[in-house]
Order: sequence, then C-alpha cells, then structure tokens
Amino acid sequence: MFYFRTMTRTLSAPVTVAFDYTRSTGPVLGRFLTGLRDGQVVGGRTSDGSVVVPPPEFDPVTHDPVTEFVDVAPTGTVTSWTWVPEPVAGQPFDRPFAWALVRLDGADAPFLHALDVSSPDQVSTGMRVQVRWAEERIGAITDIACFEPEDGGDGGFETVASATSSTTDTEVEVRGAPATSPDTTVPVTGVVTPVSLDYLYAASPEESAFYRGLNEGRIVGQRCPTCQKVYVPPRSACPADGTPTAEEVEVSQTGTITTFCIVNVPFLGQKIVPPYVSAYVLLDGADIAVLHLILGVDAAEVRMGMRVRAVWKPREEWTYSLENIDHFEPTGDPDADFDTYRHHL
Amino acid sequence: MAKQPAAVVGVGQTHHRAKREDVSMAGLCREAIDRALLDANLTLDDIDAIVVGKAPDLFEGVMMPELFLADALGAAGKPLLRVHTAGSVGGSTAIVAASLVQAGVHRRVLTVAFEKQSESNAMWALSVPLPFNMPVHAGAGGYFAPHVRSYIRRSGAPNHVGAIVAAKDRQNALKNPYAHLKNPDTTVESVLASQMLWDPIRYDETCPSSDGACALVIVDEDTAAASPNPAWIHGTVMRSEATTAAERDQVNPQASRDAAAALWKQAGITNPVEEIDAAEIYVPFSWFEPMWLESLGFAEANGGGWRLTESGATAMDGRLPVNCSGGVLSSNPIGASGMLRFGEAALQVRGAAGEHQVDGARRALGHAYGGGSQFFAMWVVGSEKPSN
Amino acid sequence: MRDVAVVGFAQRQMPEFDGSPTCVELLVPLFAECYEQTGWSRGDIGFWCSGSSDYLAGRSFSFVSAVDAIGVIPPVNESHVEMDLAWAMYEAWLKIQTGEVDTALVYAFGKASAGVLRRTLALQLDPYTMTPLWPDTVSLAGLQARAGIDAGAWDERAMAEVANRSLTDAEKNEYAIRKGGSSVEELLARPMYADPLRKHDCSPVTDGAAAIVLAAGDRAREVRDRPAWIEGLTHSIDPMSMGTRDLTRAPSAARAATAVDLVGVEVAELHAPFSHQELILRRELGLAGDVRINPSGGALTGNPMFSGGGIRIGEAASRIWSGEVSKAVGHATSGPALQQNLLCVLGATTEGARN
Repeated sequence: MFYFRTMTRTLSAPVTVAFDYTRSTGPVLGRFLTGLRDGQVVGGRTSDGSVVVPPPEFDPVTHDPVTEFVDVAPTGTVTSWTWVPEPVAGQPFDRPFAWALVRLDGADAPFLHALDVSSPDQVSTGMRVQVRWAEERIGAITDIACFEPEDGGDGGFETVASATSSTTDTEVEVRGAPATSPDTTVPVTGVVTPVSLDYLYAASPEESAFYRGLNEGRIVGQRCPTCQKVYVPPRSACPADGTPTAEEVEVSQTGTITTFCIVNVPFLGQKIVPPYVSAYVLLDGADIAVLHLILGVDAAEVRMGMRVRAVWKPREEWTYSLENIDHFEPTGDPDADFDTYRHHL
Repeated sequence: MAKQPAAVVGVGQTHHRAKREDVSMAGLCREAIDRALLDANLTLDDIDAIVVGKAPDLFEGVMMPELFLADALGAAGKPLLRVHTAGSVGGSTAIVAASLVQAGVHRRVLTVAFEKQSESNAMWALSVPLPFNMPVHAGAGGYFAPHVRSYIRRSGAPNHVGAIVAAKDRQNALKNPYAHLKNPDTTVESVLASQMLWDPIRYDETCPSSDGACALVIVDEDTAAASPNPAWIHGTVMRSEATTAAERDQVNPQASRDAAAALWKQAGITNPVEEIDAAEIYVPFSWFEPMWLESLGFAEANGGGWRLTESGATAMDGRLPVNCSGGVLSSNPIGASGMLRFGEAALQVRGAAGEHQVDGARRALGHAYGGGSQFFAMWVVGSEKPSN
Repeated sequence: MRDVAVVGFAQRQMPEFDGSPTCVELLVPLFAECYEQTGWSRGDIGFWCSGSSDYLAGRSFSFVSAVDAIGVIPPVNESHVEMDLAWAMYEAWLKIQTGEVDTALVYAFGKASAGVLRRTLALQLDPYTMTPLWPDTVSLAGLQARAGIDAGAWDERAMAEVANRSLTDAEKNEYAIRKGGSSVEELLARPMYADPLRKHDCSPVTDGAAAIVLAAGDRAREVRDRPAWIEGLTHSIDPMSMGTRDLTRAPSAARAATAVDLVGVEVAELHAPFSHQELILRRELGLAGDVRINPSGGALTGNPMFSGGGIRIGEAASRIWSGEVSKAVGHATSGPALQQNLLCVLGATTEGARN
C-alpha cells in the first residue's frame, strides 16, 4: 500500500516503474555474453588491430560488423578508479566499493566493473586485479561478480558476501577456469535486464485541490479566468490559453456519458478485470469529461448520452484519489440529447 | 530566404516482426541504415549528420538510447539529434532531418527511427498507473476506441467500414516484403468475425506490436543530381494541440485540419484527392482511415471518409490508393511507423515500391500522428523538383 | 544563413520542486517572462520546441502536458527533443534558417528529484554491458577525474579552484541553489566523497525549467537594442564507451570548437556538471587565459536536468544584452563524461553571423 504526503502544498505518493526487459543481443554481444557464461572474457578485434572488451558491435572506423573475437585473460591492470561511498540499488555491492576501469591482459582497451576493496586506500591506478566470477553464470555482465586484487583477499571482505551474489572470497580461487560448468552447447542470444526505478510522484497544486476534494466526497473543478471553461480536474494551465485555472467550482456528481469503450482485453499491470466499460462522463457544470468506470448495467446496454451518477466507495475507504468514486451507474433518467454533448466528442 | 531544395535518395527498412531476436538495437537500426545507404549509393562516411527518432524510452528501458548507439550508427564525430514527439515521431524526425538540408546547414543527412517493442510490453509502458488516478486506461486501443465510437456516431458510418480498411491493408501487406503481418486469408468477413477487443475496435482492426526500423537519406540539390530517382520534398508540416481540452474535437482535431491546410498550401495542392497519387496515412486502428481522410481534406467531414473507403477508392487500384505498403495495420514498430509512412511515400514517387507500386505516382503524402491525436507530422514528396 | 538572435531568456532552479513532473506550473511564469521581455504574445511565436526526459519524470510521454502551458488553441507549430534545451534551440534555429518561421520559443524542464538522479542516469549507458551494474553518474565522472589526475592533466587543486570560483560567482546569481565560495585550501580540506571527487566538485541535484526566445533579423531588432546574434551554432558526439575514449579529452567539444570562431570571446558559460569537466572544456575550446568562465556560477551551483545546458546560452546572451561583453560562448553537454557537446557563439553585431 502506498502512503500520501498530505500536509504539504501538493499531494505526493511513491510510484515504482519496473519491468524485466528482454534484450536480444545480436551476434557480437551474444558472443561476449556466451563467453562470460562459460568463464571466458572475450574481446573483439577492431580494424586498427586493437582488442576491445566488450567487443563493439560495429567497427568504429569501417562501420562493418566486428567478426574477429579474441579470448583475453581474467587478469588485468586498473587504468582508473573511483570510490562509491553510498551505493545505489542494483550496484554490485550494497556497501562502499570501487569502480575500476581494467585493461585485461591481452586487451588494448579497459572495461568497467566493480572492484571489491574495503577502502579507497586499497586501490590505486596500475594495481593488478582479477575477475571474480559469480557463482552462477547465466550469460550476463553480472556473471563477473566483480574484480578483486590479484593476490586475492587483502580487500578485507572475506566474511562479507556480495550484495548480488552468494559468492564469498573464500570460494573463489579461480583464475581463468570457470567456477561452475554451465551448459556450453547453446550460445547466448538474449539477456533479461530488470529495471526498477522508484519515484515520488507529486500532483500539481490544482490537481491536489481536486484529490483533496475527493477525500471529502466532493468533485471540485476550477474555472479558467480567460475562457471561463470549468476544468475537472483543474489544471496548472488551461490548455486553450495557457492560464492557470483558479476559481473553485464544485460540479455535480451526475453527468452524461459522451463516449465510451468496452475493454475486453487483459493486459499486464491492469487493475480492473475485463470486460469493463471505460467512459467519458461529462459532469453537469463541467466543460470537460472525466474518464471512469461504468457498472450497474450490462456493458451492451451502455449508450452515448446515458445519464449516470457517481457511486462512492464506503467513506472509510476514501483517500486522495479518483478511486474514491468506485464507478458511475445509470440514473435511469432519459438519455441526453446528442446535441447537448456532441461538441465534447 | 527560401528553403533549399531537399530530396530523399535512400530508403531502408528492416523486416518487421513481432520479435527480432536475431539482432540487438544497434543491429536493428543498422539493417535499415545499411539498406538506405545502399539505395542512396552512399556510405556512412559520406553522411554529415544523423537524426534519431523513437517513441517513449520506457519501451526499451534505455534513457536516450541514441547516446549508447552513437558509435554503431556511425554518428561518432558528427552532430546527432534525438526527436521524440510520441507516435508522430517517425514523421517529425524525417522533417527535422529535412530541415538540416533545407536550412543549408548540411548536404547529406541520415535519419533513422526504430522501436524494439519486444524488449518490453507497450501496453505496460503506456499504462503505468499513476497515484491518485483511476486506472481505467487500457493502452492505445482503450484510448482511441471511444473516439472511434464518436466518429461512427457523428458520421453515421456502417459497421463494416473498419473491416474494409483492415482487409485492404492486410492484402496490400502481402505485396510488401518487409511487412510484419502476412495473412492472405484476411477478408472483410474474417475481420468482422474477429474478437471485439476494445469495443468498437476488433482484434483484426488493430495494429500489431513490431520490432523494426526505418532509415532515410535526405540530400541537397547537388547530391540529388546523382540519384536516378530522387523524391523531392514539396512540403513539410508539424502541428500540436493539447491531449485534453474543453470541447476539443478528438475525432477531427483542429491541429490535424490546420496541418493539412498548411501542407497543401506549401505543396501547391488545391484538390488533394485529385492531385495526390498515393497516400501513406498513419492508421493504427482501421477506423482512422476514414477519420483522417476527412481531416486531411480528401473527403467531406462527418461521412465523406467512410464513403470514400467503402467505394473502394482507397484500394491499390482506386482513385486514391491509401497504405499500399500495408500501413501501420500490418507493421508497427511505433517509433519507426511514422518514418515508414514518409519513406513509403518517397518510394512511390521514386517508382521504387516494387509490387505495391502505384503506376505513375508523381506526388505522395506521408502522414503520422501521435499522443492523443494531438501531434501531427506530414510531408508531400514528388517525382519532380518543386517549382516554388 | 539568416541572422538569428537570442532575444529572451527565463529560468527557474530549485533543489526540490514539490509540484507535478509535467512542470506546467513552472513553465507558465517562464513564458510570461519571455512575453514581457519581448513584448510579444503567443501568437508572435512561429515555432515551439521543448526538451525533456520520460525517465526523469518516470512515465511515458511526460512532455505532452507541457504544451498546455503554451495554450494551444489555435494549435502550434511544435516539436520535442529528448535532449537538453540547447538542442531544442538548435532545432528551432534550423526551422528559422529554413525561412519557414522568423521566431521561436524553446523550453525545457525536469524534476530530477523525483527519483534518484545519479541512478536514473545509469539508464543512459550501454544496456547490455553497463546498465545491469548501475554505474551512477557521479562514479563515471570520478573515473574521468582520476584519469586526468593520473595523466597530469589536472590536479585536485585545479578542481578546487574551479569550484571556489563558481561558488563565489554564484553569490550574485539569484537562481543558483548552491553558493558561497571560501578558499581553495578550505575546499581541499573538506572530505572526499566519490574519491577523487568532493561534493563541491559535483553539481547539485536540481529541479527546474528554462525558456529561450529566438528571432531573425528585424524581429530581433524590434525586441532589443543589443540582440545576442548567433554567430555559430554547432554540436557533435563521441562514442559512449568509457574504455575506448580518452577520458581526459572531449573530442566532440574540440570538433565543435573548430566549426565556430572563438577568437575574441570574452565570456564562456561552460556546462560542466563536474569541476574537472570545466578544465577539459577550457582545453578543448582553446580558450585564452583572459576569458571569463561561468560568471553565473555555472552548473556546479545549479544544474537542472534538460535545461542546464540551455541556461548557459541564456546566461551568455544576457551579458551581450547588458552591454557587458560583445562576444560570448554558451556550451551544453549531454551523456556521461562529456559525450556530446554543443557550442553557441553569440555576438553583439551581425557581422560575425554573416560568415
């Protein structure tokens, strides 16, 4: 359940935008990720003879696809580094660590990964490091758990497990040889990348007034001082003339269905089970329709022009949301004449 | 100061599919780019600047993907722009690319638009629930279906017009080697028999979700002289209005009408239905063909559109062939869909559309729209250099 | 080319905007300021273009509501880039150069504080081999700063000098959200944050918006006695890869510099979100020692995402308008570690613009 910040100028609530993206890799990245799965770092040779890790998909000079692959060592040299005092979610460690650019032996260009050391004093440009493989490898950049100092284990974290892998330093004695023996018969062609971002979503002051009204059982619009139209919800700018709506106008809880759609299709993230009627309801006193749910009538009976009224959830369930209105249902009154709402279509 | 002449000399597109699991994002874009460059008889090294277009970044889960793609697209060392105007973006991107040449800033510009929808789920990306709101939205279909209902009511259109469009475009797609949907058995009857998804929109009346890309090479007059069949740009236009506004006409938006009027004026066209030989119109749901025919001035408002469609005029052998490529209804890599319309229009006037070529097409319309029918991008291309 | 000038500029910067990520609320007063400066109304604007990011706002099509702030009946000639304001301005400049329009208002907005900015920006990286590790922006800048220190291109003292000058100059900038210089020694005595970066080496998370008005020829002259004429406007991008780039350099900035005439520039507003990046840019632009850098305080004292670059151009233009200088350059950057760079050279006369 989410909470609201209410004692402020505007209402706000957290929202998470999350999806596990399914990426197809194409041949070059597929070759690189296949190598990682199999415990081998693979570079690509570019037209100037350089070995680049990860291999670029296309040559930077000729623009042709990169087709020559070179196995490089799991050991290398730090070419630059930085300290991460406050890791963010999803990083290889949830405690302070270093990022390092590491030029692996056999490669000409460095690549970026985490370096497991306990303090900035333990890392320096030019230091020797080695790959620490993840315990389980699936064909992803995270198959490399991190880099660690080459002499293995003066980082001071022997007892601290990685945030994203159960691998501990004591288990990793591996240099070049895979820690596990995954199925090497099928090349990697895809990778799943979870992306989850947390935001604090705020409503505008005008929208906040609307949602606060809903929390009191009222539907509150605002009139545009320029064109005199009543907007529900009110707006930070009337879209016709760019003026913020101002004068508060409580509108009726009864209105007319201008147009609608019957949703029969289920989809990911859907909150209401289909089939349902989603309709534009032009509330009496408003100059713009709101989109809401129509219940209390067979979907096939819903008509343009049908008169409907708001049906509220029980008061104890109210919050700062349009969801306080559970749905609209027919009033039973005669339909509105087409000419009364045709200019709202 | 007048615009410098500009022409399309290269058009490339991918084979559009639900999932192009054989390529990465870069690979997808390069498939279209390499075809466009081959068509233009140019290489990436000949290109002065690159303009990238794509719909919302949430589709691929990459913020401003043109940054990581810069090297693979051959943009490193060059100016790179990224346009995003919702569904109209493919068209807007082509217009921005054209303006680089028309402004006299560059001579050879490459533009590419893409979408790899299989990386996520468009319905999800378009319907992420917001706090405080009522989650009744159901993706693009759920958004547009009420407005289709309004059109049907306002115009008195018979039920089967949407099915005529769907059957026509799916049959046209059989002549397009790049099209996503290839359903030889689609007929008006089969469309009418398909499931009602977002009533009044049926399953077969909706666009697919595709992976795909489109690229164009747009050049100045001197460079175009080397091309056997340049498509000259006779007019470009972009217009925007609000998603929602009191008494906004959502069936025939003013921005659409204004854009069309400005476009025909620029292109010197007074009677579009007579003077346009082929039209590629952004029709993601079949009913938008008659709706846009009216809005674009090809037919009278409130009924002329469906009558034109019903008469067969928009079929390949009709008076105004519409979406000979199969259109958005047959291939829909969202960010690229608009550029495909622009590119297919160019192919028609270059005589290069292959099996779906309209004989002797001299002037063609490319059209795209986006958001809640609020962003419009259009161009007219012709086989002859514009006189104005 | 047509003579085109920057004739209007308005900005807002704040640590945490508590309103909607659509930022309509911020844009309405910005447009009003632009109208006041120009004496125009929205009907005078031939073209509109905005810059913003869906991932900053956390939702698709975050920019579509922004057009409400314009007031779009009748509908407008309008476009949007998923880029900084400076590139929105570039698109508008092109539109004016085609002769289609004579005036444009460009704007950009972003509520960086809605999410964790340095984490959100990890989504800009290679999605196959970088983003799954979530390398944050500050860390990438730290790698770049270290590379320069190791190479002897700059040192911590030089970085602190940049920060101290910026914080001192910001005291005179009412929009800056971090201000107050002290001394290089005092700054160097502060603790490391993302070693080798201290917090004052990193721009603060900033919400905000900005707008710029462009006009051609006589339309510019009717607005201002000293329009800031665009003598050169150019941009370029480098590969993203942190491995194949020389992180101590910004070739795209150097390329942009060769395409414009920087001789005689008196003020340079450089979009350097990290102190060492100013040092890179000064070198790549070949700026003479007497060029005044970032009199506004620069991005280290306020860097609203998606308008921070354009604000540099607005600040540079302001100094032309006031008569303080006759030639200035505004710079904008985008992408990790100065990947993409734009230069806008502004002058008090149209002579340079006719080159």
